[in-house]
Amino acid sequence: MPLVFAGVCSHAPGITGRSDMADPDVRHRFYEAFAQMGADLKATKPEAIVVVAAEHFANFFMDNMPSFAIGMADHYEGPIEDPDWLGIARQRVPGDRELSERFITEVMNGSDVAYAEEWKFDHGIMVPLHFLTPEYDVPIVPVNINCQGPPLAPLHRAWTFGESIRAACDALPHRIAVIGTGGISHWPATPDSGKINVEWDLDFMDRWCRNDRDALLDYDDRSTYLEAGQGAFEIRTFLTISAAAAGAAGTVHFCEPIPIFAVSCTIATYDLDTGAR
Amino acid sequence: MSLYYVQKFLYQLNRSPSMQSSYREDQHTVLAPYELTEEEIEALTAPDVGKLFHLGVNGQILMHFAAFNKIEWQDYLQRLRDGIAVHGPVREGVYAMTTGVDEIVASADASSADTGHRGPENGVD
Repeated sequence: MPLVFAGVCSHAPGITGRSDMADPDVRHRFYEAFAQMGADLKATKPEAIVVVAAEHFANFFMDNMPSFAIGMADHYEGPIEDPDWLGIARQRVPGDRELSERFITEVMNGSDVAYAEEWKFDHGIMVPLHFLTPEYDVPIVPVNINCQGPPLAPLHRAWTFGESIRAACDALPHRIAVIGTGGISHWPATPDSGKINVEWDLDFMDRWCRNDRDALLDYDDRSTYLEAGQGAFEIRTFLTISAAAAGAAGTVHFCEPIPIFAVSCTIATYDLDTGAR
Repeated sequence: MSLYYVQKFLYQLNRSPSMQSSYREDQHTVLAPYELTEEEIEALTAPDVGKLFHLGVNGQILMHFAAFNKIEWQDYLQRLRDGIAVHGPVREGVYAMTTGVDEIVASADASSADTGHRGPENGVD
């Protein structure tokens, strides 16, 4: 079954946890764009959603850090954070162990991944689900790319991972959606939080919409760190979705800085009919 | 200096409600299995999040330790600034600070937020 949906969104914890501190007008328009993405996703009737996120030491640590990991369980729990701090009540989120196992087996034809039969969702997955599937009624296949503890997988490996994800979706009979979550430029969880390089973000999203592989891979972590902060290592999740979209053209539905949320809040999707498959 | 074990302790504490209960009862017993210096133990037990930031604890780990200690967001950020002011720049890791200690980047009042880009002062270690 071809991929039915591909998009990306922000996942910053402030989006829900510091909601009351943002400018009400821009927050309202952002939430509307997020909800619309959820409606568009739902209209494709996905049987599972592969969420490619960059977690923040919820499950993986430097004692045994996988570059790429995929969950394989019938249910997950989240948020791991204090629910009051994040503004999202603790949930049991459905998974599908059998589907995950088949998916992982296919992905392994093109990329080496770790798998995990336990997974606690942090804001990287919970904030997007809060808006996209607020009833928590679609099975999730959680995917993690290490964007926190260097050394990190190089960008071209994230691209290959995205291609492997697409091949797995194509090989399975299910209607599968893929969602990438993360920030573009940001300096999270430090006094720099709220610093945003808007120009850098818009340039990245232009490359993302054109789905220009060479342009998307034309970053190195040192210059990314200097220009866009340690948070921008998460562009790996966004460009993984680009690779999975196989040449499709994208549209940015929302991309505006909300400093108290620490990022250019972003909602974007690919028109899969324009892709190579 | 054992930043790895400071972070490992915080990582494990953040994801375990039972460990959090034990830690509230008896900090030193819970800390005992970790290879920590006196300086690190003092910063953890105080708790002194500004000092922990200076030592290089990743902000993604540290902000949850702050929430565990009921330190609200703006207070958390101010304690980090104070930690840098007292102890000096972040010693290691990628969660450094590029703004000034007297600079408020994003406050609750959105109108005072700065979305411009300044060149950072710190590179990757």
